[in-house]
Amino acid sequence: MLDLHGYGPSIFAGAIVTIEIALLSLLVALILGMLTAVGRLSGSRVGNAIATAYTTVIRGVPDLVLMLLIFFGAQIMVNAVSDWVLDTYDIEYYININEFVAGVTTIGFIFGAYMAETFRGAFLAVDSGQMEAGKAYGMNKYQVFRRITFPQMMRHAIPGIGNNWLVLVKTTALVSVIGLSDMVRLAKEASGAVHEPFKFFIPVAIVYLAITSVSEIGLKLLENRFNAGTVRG
Amino acid sequence: MYDTIEQFLSSNAIFTLPTLLGYWDGLVMTVQLVFLSLIIGFFLAVPLAIMRNSRNLLINRSVWLFTYIFRGTPLLVQLYIIYYGVAYIEGIQESMFWPIVREAFYPCLFAFVLNTAAYTTEIFRGAIAATPRGEIEAAKAYGMSYSQCMRRITLPSAFRRALPAYSNEVIFMLHASSIASVVTIVDLTGAARDVYAKYYAPFEAFSFVALIYLCLTFCLVFGFKTLEKRWHAHLRPLQS
Repeated sequence: MLDLHGYGPSIFAGAIVTIEIALLSLLVALILGMLTAVGRLSGSRVGNAIATAYTTVIRGVPDLVLMLLIFFGAQIMVNAVSDWVLDTYDIEYYININEFVAGVTTIGFIFGAYMAETFRGAFLAVDSGQMEAGKAYGMNKYQVFRRITFPQMMRHAIPGIGNNWLVLVKTTALVSVIGLSDMVRLAKEASGAVHEPFKFFIPVAIVYLAITSVSEIGLKLLENRFNAGTVRG
Repeated sequence: MYDTIEQFLSSNAIFTLPTLLGYWDGLVMTVQLVFLSLIIGFFLAVPLAIMRNSRNLLINRSVWLFTYIFRGTPLLVQLYIIYYGVAYIEGIQESMFWPIVREAFYPCLFAFVLNTAAYTTEIFRGAIAATPRGEIEAAKAYGMSYSQCMRRITLPSAFRRALPAYSNEVIFMLHASSIASVVTIVDLTGAARDVYAKYYAPFEAFSFVALIYLCLTFCLVFGFKTLEKRWHAHLRPLQS
């Protein structure tokens, strides 16, 4: 049996942290992506400009650099604010940015940009006659979105969301660099202590493989669900 | 011109000449790493993609396993396994390879090459599989052998079809190379981390490097757009 020198439970806990970060940042990314896609297609000049700048800049910069920028930069900003509070109101108030929150927000923020592109493409793929028909039935904007656009859009968006999710899971490994105790960091500490890198990193790699494999099966099921009613050629 | 630059360099504490030279060295390292991994990865990926399309299940499946493992795990974990693991391979410290692998650069390059080869293999596999049947039949009718058909017909058209996906992979590799800074390599990100550590100025250090990456990405996008225009000229709708 695999002897993990007593590090087994902590690495397992790290795996839970990894999954938590991945799921939470997926949620953030989906919400941000949807808002950005709506912003880009809304026809509002300002909304479009902000959304375009966001998706272009984020997709042009490495994840690790953004993570370092947001994590360390935000800490400096918070420090400046608490200094100011101390100076002006004489209240000692100090916030330490939590790595977990920083990790989730950063990954969510990065993948929001990728999701936005996916959603935008999916929105454009829905036949505009469908929305016009909805309007002709007297539905308001929100009803058209919920009943007509959204269900049809999801069919086109699911493969893209799936790809983004698979990349996102692998990106969570980077949070170990900013000091979050996820699976990768714990494995690194353990292998440093015991001098047996293969023993710890290979199980970690297998956990990632398992997550991606299970996701692929889940995505297939989701795709079938949203494709119900479409005839395949 | 020189005066304004000199004035700028002397008027702020962070972006002095040594800092900028540090970024320059980082840029050289990043470009080296990315370029070498892409070139070697490309030449590995072409035969692998052909093998991946083979009817022989053993060949096909073993290449599939390679791409499955390298595409399904984070590059950071692969890098750690290779970087920390290489020293523990039995007998490596006495062998002639030790001076090479002892530096961080080569294990890192090795990890990058394998990773990009896996992604590129899958891209080319799809492109080769999508070759129109008629083209291959025509080649056969002309009496071309398998390798002639592959070299003259299948691969040129497959590269063309693979170009958009491959350009994404190139950009992905540029971004992934920032991970090299984790294993003590001073690439662009590593240079930014040095600046951050020296001046405790994360905003300045990392925004500047983000800007450089952004410029590099735009250059790549523009370059591939130009290439696509050339190679896909036959697919463009006729101008009226």
